[in-house]
Amino acid sequence: MGKILRRSFLIGSTAIAGGVAFGYWSYKNPHPNPLQKSLNPDQTSLTPYVLIDQSGITIIAPRAEMGQGVHTTLAALVAEELDVALKDVNIIHGPASKAYYNAAILKEGISKPSTDVSKGAERQRAFMDIPAKFLGMQVTGGSTSIPDAYTKMRKAGAAARIALIKAAAKEWNEKPSTLKTANGHVIAPDGRTLSYQELAPLARSIKLPRNPALKPKSAWKILGKSQRRHDIVGKSTGTALYSMDVRLPDMVYATVKMNPHIDAGMKSFNADHARTMAGVQKIVALDNGIAVIANNSWNAFRAANEVDCDWEPAAYHTSSEEIEKSILNSFAADFKDSQFKNEGNVTKIFEETRSGENTLLEGTYKVPYLAHATMEPMNAVAHLRDGKLDIWVGTQLPTQVVKEAEAITKLKEKNITVHTTYMGGGFGRRAEMDFVIQAIKIAKIMEGTPVKLVWSREEDMRHDVYRPAAMAKFKAVTKDGKISAIDLQVSASSVVDSQMGRIGISIPGPDSTIAQSAWDQPYAIPNYRVTAYKAPIMLPVGSWRSVGASQNAFFQETMLDEIATAGGMDPIAMRLAMINHEPSYKVVETVSKLSNWDKPLPAGQARGMAFCLSFGVPVAQVIEIEQTPDGLKLAKIFAAVDVGTALDPANIRAQVKSAIIYGLSAAIMGEITIADGQVEQSNFHDYDAMRLYQVPAMEVAILENNPHIHGIGEPGLPPIAPALGNAIFALTGERIRALPMNKSITFI
Amino acid sequence: MKLTINGKNYKISAEPETPLLWVLRDEIGLTGTKYGCGIAMCGACTVHVDGQPVRSCSLPLDQVEGEITTIEGLGTPEALNIIQQTWIDHQVAQCGYCQSGQVMSAAALLSTIDTPTDKDIDEAMSGNLCRCGTYPRIRAAIHDAASKLKDA
Ligand code: FES
Ligand code: FES
Repeated sequence: MGKILRRSFLIGSTAIAGGVAFGYWSYKNPHPNPLQKSLNPDQTSLTPYVLIDQSGITIIAPRAEMGQGVHTTLAALVAEELDVALKDVNIIHGPASKAYYNAAILKEGISKPSTDVSKGAERQRAFMDIPAKFLGMQVTGGSTSIPDAYTKMRKAGAAARIALIKAAAKEWNEKPSTLKTANGHVIAPDGRTLSYQELAPLARSIKLPRNPALKPKSAWKILGKSQRRHDIVGKSTGTALYSMDVRLPDMVYATVKMNPHIDAGMKSFNADHARTMAGVQKIVALDNGIAVIANNSWNAFRAANEVDCDWEPAAYHTSSEEIEKSILNSFAADFKDSQFKNEGNVTKIFEETRSGENTLLEGTYKVPYLAHATMEPMNAVAHLRDGKLDIWVGTQLPTQVVKEAEAITKLKEKNITVHTTYMGGGFGRRAEMDFVIQAIKIAKIMEGTPVKLVWSREEDMRHDVYRPAAMAKFKAVTKDGKISAIDLQVSASSVVDSQMGRIGISIPGPDSTIAQSAWDQPYAIPNYRVTAYKAPIMLPVGSWRSVGASQNAFFQETMLDEIATAGGMDPIAMRLAMINHEPSYKVVETVSKLSNWDKPLPAGQARGMAFCLSFGVPVAQVIEIEQTPDGLKLAKIFAAVDVGTALDPANIRAQVKSAIIYGLSAAIMGEITIADGQVEQSNFHDYDAMRLYQVPAMEVAILENNPHIHGIGEPGLPPIAPALGNAIFALTGERIRALPMNKSITFI
Repeated sequence: MKLTINGKNYKISAEPETPLLWVLRDEIGLTGTKYGCGIAMCGACTVHVDGQPVRSCSLPLDQVEGEITTIEGLGTPEALNIIQQTWIDHQVAQCGYCQSGQVMSAAALLSTIDTPTDKDIDEAMSGNLCRCGTYPRIRAAIHDAASKLKDA
């Protein structure tokens, strides 16, 4: 697929060469329903998303449930059209399959901003379905689960319902149009009913309609209303199953110790002592380190500590300072990656800016590497025996797990089963294959015996794929209280190159994530240029909740606040005067009202605001802070978001708050540093996160003016760092130009 | 080594220095108690020993003195503890991985202070990390559970 992809499309640019070359027929033909392969005689699968048997109705929600509540909302899409109550269905992740490919994942990469809903832009987005389908990636990421599923899964529910109605019509010898459905039953005009379970076997032979009609929003009973999460009881009682919790008869426990030096191997190791330790069964070399197999995780951990490894040194960039220099040096023509925005004539304005009527502002910003630090460290359970592999893993990319397993075990796809479990956080980390590959390799070494591989927190922290460290430089000119020109330059390693490179796919063209949410903001500024530079890959980098927007919003929105305050302009009024996108305008206006922006705060308190449009969702936030004798206190946070259509308001609010808190951890204290070619942080004592006592009350307003539906796992994050920095400036006059903030500010 | 866990007696053959967490998870199979850090920094492994909240990742087997209660012993899906019920009512969990520890810390708090203030909650719960940021609902659920426990 890698090859087809490379030839067929350019992410982040307009070219989609020869979508038709694949053949219209093969594009239109759906991937086969993976459920058909393993059906018991009493089971019926009407679509890849609906499975009916005697135990009831099961809906397949084929995306990673890592805390976003996505299983519940995806199932709600099917249940709404199928006409069953959500509480009456079972929800599972289901098998790894191309049938569950993500059609929306490439759409964000087109060269048009998400605010552009012109015919041309929409056509480009629609075209992205073609490479996405051939790529066949079942992937959770980019806040795409909901936009990808919104029509597809409702249609799956509607098609299944029609098939069940037709089966009932045949049984009763009635016209389908006279039959109704309610709560998992088909109802005849005379009141007779047949349950979906009774009808399912009869519906097997009925051809599904390809394009069933969908209910109008006004008829929704489930969607648009807050639902009880399907996983909530399990997660409140310790009974939800994570891969970490899988137990198989005769299972052994493994851990790894990898070279802490970046991208370096192992020369040799001595495990003479470790092999004599309690419970140790085997110690083997594995890639860039060793694996210990023992009778429990803790015996594996402590034996791993006792293995003497002779590590190769890191080949390059052995300190944070060197890395910073390299990012700075990348602001050069040779490293230019994209310039998606170049309006007016920025150069000319800067040349003309000499007189006193115009103000020229300049600044440099930087942010560090960040770890994902999911609550559940990386782990997987694998069992290779009798020519079959089973793997239990919390993964955002199940189809890739199959590919890796094929390559390592040489087994055929049909003999590989991926059991995707709940995930103790993902945030992009679980789109990676490193720990999966290790688990399969160890299972091969231990063939016949199931193996649970658990990374220690220390390995997890030091072998992450980090949010890139990044820098920005800006120049701006204001005239008569208005911005006349902005030149924003950003420099960072490429997440797309690093991440896709690890799964053997190279994507030509610029990496749109480097400039993400820097170039595509809905600000009408007459002379406006945004240039992205691609710094070399130093630490391995990956998708970290909200990706490029996580740093670029800090750059962009701190810059706007600097401009506003220098020119004596109100930050909200200034933005409202420039925003040329109605849904964005409304979220700023809403947060302004919600936070009583115009009402002054008492002395010792201040507020700051920021806006960011990412993954199609405009988000505006205001944070109030307060100086206390013990340090700066976060007092209150207000947010307004626009997801287009709000399927589950309570869950959306939870996601926005979650993203804000994750973003605050990064803004206030998150930093991965390098010394001697190694990551210095190792656990939560030196890579901490927000604690309960630090988190203030929050209010979230949900708007629905956006013309398309969008996902909300990430967009809540980007504005919080600049909003906080801007509040600190308002309170203290100190401008935060580098993260994390606790380097210069004491927080309580 | 003998342990009483959730009212049941177990004979354990693990090495005496094995942290209780791994005894619970790997030896006994009570996987509701989670591993997050191994150094008493995250609270995911919180259990009760004689009603006191303890980080089981940092408690060696041979130093366990008293009866252990884990999340499984607090309540089950069929017979929920009031705190678990409140956790469900408030839809606290997101990824859920930290929640066993959160619930156990909350239960310990409510067993010593029947009407905790926000400050009490801050103090009792700040050893429990939640990377998903479920804190606002944790706070609300504890207040609610406190009033439900009083009515009960
Ligand atoms: S695992 Fe025990 S406190 Fe983190
Ligand atoms: S719910 Fe995910 S870490 Fe707390």
